[in-house]
Amino acid sequence: MKKKLITFISMTCLTLTSCFSFTACGNDAESADTLVVLNYGKYIEADVLKRFQQETGITVKYEEYESVEDMYAKYKAGSINYDVVCTSDYMVETLRKEGELIPIDYNSLTNYKNIDPTIIEASESFDPNHKYTVPYFYGTVGILYNTEKVDEETVSSWNCLWDPAYKNQIVMINSQRDAFMVPLKMLGYDINTSNTKELDEAFDMLCDEKKYVYAYLMDETYECMVSEDAAMAVCYSGEAAMGMEYNDKLAYTVPKEGGNLWIDSWFVPRTCKHYDAAMKWIDFMCEEEAATENFEYVWYATPNLTVAANEDAETLADETVFPTKETLSRCDLYSAYDDKTLDYTTTLWKKLKAY
Amino acid sequence: MINRFRTSFLAAPYAIWVLICTILPLFYILGYAINTSDGSFTLSNLLAIADPIHLKSLGLSIQVAFITTVICLIMAYPVALILHNLKITNKGFIVFLFILPMWMNFMLRILAWQNILSNNGILNGILSALGLPTIHILYTKVAVILGMVYDFLPYMILPIYNSLSKINDEVIEAASDLGSSWLNTFIKITIPLSKDGILSGIIMVFVPALSSFVVSNLLGGGKVLLIGNVIEQEFTLARNWNLGSGLSIILMLFVLASMSIMNKVDDTENGGMLL
Repeated sequence: MKKKLITFISMTCLTLTSCFSFTACGNDAESADTLVVLNYGKYIEADVLKRFQQETGITVKYEEYESVEDMYAKYKAGSINYDVVCTSDYMVETLRKEGELIPIDYNSLTNYKNIDPTIIEASESFDPNHKYTVPYFYGTVGILYNTEKVDEETVSSWNCLWDPAYKNQIVMINSQRDAFMVPLKMLGYDINTSNTKELDEAFDMLCDEKKYVYAYLMDETYECMVSEDAAMAVCYSGEAAMGMEYNDKLAYTVPKEGGNLWIDSWFVPRTCKHYDAAMKWIDFMCEEEAATENFEYVWYATPNLTVAANEDAETLADETVFPTKETLSRCDLYSAYDDKTLDYTTTLWKKLKAY
Repeated sequence: MINRFRTSFLAAPYAIWVLICTILPLFYILGYAINTSDGSFTLSNLLAIADPIHLKSLGLSIQVAFITTVICLIMAYPVALILHNLKITNKGFIVFLFILPMWMNFMLRILAWQNILSNNGILNGILSALGLPTIHILYTKVAVILGMVYDFLPYMILPIYNSLSKINDEVIEAASDLGSSWLNTFIKITIPLSKDGILSGIIMVFVPALSSFVVSNLLGGGKVLLIGNVIEQEFTLARNWNLGSGLSIILMLFVLASMSIMNKVDDTENGGMLL
């Protein structure tokens, strides 16, 4: 009897698994007018997505991810053939070096001329000769601070994060690359250094900082600052702009030692099955109306020059959203770590968290 | 014969569930644990527990789980005792009150603690209104332990309450008839007879506390690194499923060890035990 039961169970299992695999195959057989898009979470205005589908007749399968690492894991898992993906500079570089990118046909993009040439130029650091990417948004990493608790002078240097006066009032960014960027900039080192001695020095400083840190946060940073639980926080410019919208006492600055400039771009991966639709998508993202709507939803700096015409003077003068030329001159882009440095910094990060 | 077939047939859905959702994943995890990412055999993922970072996190986890369990026990036993001795007919209602918080999503309840304990939160608001100095609790080990005690307390109260309910009142009466003091009766009669409940309460609190990572994520602010957090980060951030699995297996061994110690203590009886 037992044997029968086991046979029954294994038969059921087999049937179940084969069912799953068949449905998976079914999904694969897409028609020509679909497009699989992978983008950061909360990084597009829903209306833009709807309009694209209405105007082009292309059905979009829209997928989201939270962090760059998530994106890489999702892409590498290989179960979905993505047609067009948006991600950050150093991950684009990693994928480019792995041979995962397909060149973009810039001639088919009617709206590409809207994109700011300086940002295209800056993109050359991760996309030499600019063959594979179209910029979507960019921004900086800096300090969001409460003007009632901290004065402008104090936050003009990253040193303030080591100030005992702000013990338990400092929110540090919970991301390995950005956290190490801070002491590396203070020490005057390259933020992309692979020199273990320099990284160790940065690590020692971060360990020293830990006793003053209230928490290591990412997505909760702006809530924490809005409710005035902390005096200052290291965060992305868009996160800061969002916080400042809810609380007038908040302000944002990139300290004098400089910070990180990041550029998120669209690219076409090797798994692309609908190249023409992907070009239409990228072109649509560069269109004036879509770019404006997206900008007003995301609040990061847009490389699209036509957006400025639709915004009021106050928004355009907002240095949190649009970093000045002077700020940008102090900021560097991340480049991809080689495997050895990636392992080394990951271990240091874990050590810091356990410290 | 037919009857037996029917019984096993009824058990089939559960058997399939266990097979797909418990046994298969366990084998997968073991498979990941004893292989490198390119598929060759290795023990390094299991031995990685000797790494100072991992040992420290494991030590911290054991410490936090132990303190949580002790606090839960100290708080739960009197509550269960009072509950048992209450001279009301509808005790089910009181027990229901203890289970009630579990009806709300666990994450929401922990997020509520964030609001209570934060620098500018409810607790500090009350303290400063009373003219007292404010305190810094959120994103420390204390906050993590507090969250765990809050979350796991019902799992300690219920089994102790159940085992107390099973004690025959006449036994207690007989003890006092024979001149035993209240304290003596409590130590020599009540506690030994409720041992089953205490032991299963300890297991039901200690084991989840040992492997938890959500509470420390939300109330630890990235500063309290438990072994559960290390494993989670290996799976997500570092994308090292092999190391994550190796550490999970080691953690499982610790869980099994603590359960077997508890079972040893309990080898005379087999009442309200979990296993």
